[in-house]
Amino acid sequence: MSESFRRGLRAGVPFSFVGFLLAMSFGVLAVQAGFSAVQAIVMSAVVHAGSAQFAATAILGAGGGVVPSVLAGSLMNARFLAMGIAVAPSLGGGPGRRALQGQTVVDPSWALANNGDGSFDRHLMMGATVPQYVGWVSGTVAGAFLGDVAGDPGRFGLDVVFPVFFLALLAAELRDPRSRGVALAGALIALALVPFTPPGVPVLAAGTAALVGLAR
Amino acid sequence: MTAWLMISALAVTTALIKAFGPVLVGGRELPPTAVKVIALLPPVLLAALVVTSTLSEGQRLQVDASAAGVAVAAVMIWRRLPLLVVVLTAVAVTATLRALT
Repeated sequence: MSESFRRGLRAGVPFSFVGFLLAMSFGVLAVQAGFSAVQAIVMSAVVHAGSAQFAATAILGAGGGVVPSVLAGSLMNARFLAMGIAVAPSLGGGPGRRALQGQTVVDPSWALANNGDGSFDRHLMMGATVPQYVGWVSGTVAGAFLGDVAGDPGRFGLDVVFPVFFLALLAAELRDPRSRGVALAGALIALALVPFTPPGVPVLAAGTAALVGLAR
Repeated sequence: MTAWLMISALAVTTALIKAFGPVLVGGRELPPTAVKVIALLPPVLLAALVVTSTLSEGQRLQVDASAAGVAVAAVMIWRRLPLLVVVLTAVAVTATLRALT
């Protein structure tokens, strides 16, 4: 086990607690939307992408059908296209190995592994994903079995966990003053697109703000 | 049945999306301009995630109790308080505001 993998494991722990809370609210909502506890848990185990899971279960639960539900979930995941391209040069091995390493890209791990110069520490990224995966699946188990007795997770303020989680990651990025202007631009692009595009598209489109890097 | 179909399909598309960059770009060195763009992606994507998850519900923009929770969290993060403390406080603020209104 490499030193940076171990550092990743440690760095991932606080995020795994937060992920546990988030996954718990997912488990509750999924069961309330008509999914069985087993389905909610398996979904967390094989998809492991919060925003996509929330979007897809909400749409299917509301009678929206499989195709719109999968499309919405995939759009929420579209940011992983950009993240995957960004880490690609920092991964190792043949295409199969790279594809597998790419599966460990989740937002906190990706942000933690960012060296700030366009390169990424892949061992740290993979290490950080391990505790988060455990937290994500076990949180879903807790939420799925609390299910109907829990009531609306929004009443307990659990929906705020998601943005705060990303805000903590963003704060680390903003310590570099060169990041501040583009971050603001990305936020404004995303907000401006919310009323006009399906959920998921605003975040992906915000990525275009990074193109100012061409002029630097 | 439809739930299982959705879960398997979403698992497959998620895996493909995550594999796309690593397989296609591979180990090639990217041109320096591309690296400059990539270095700016984390703050941009994270900022977009923060504002959309705080201020939108589907395709509707809204300011509700969770915005207050996130604002309190922002101050606490700026003061470098531990993440779990920040999250639990934000949850408490949001839940309290919802209980009061």
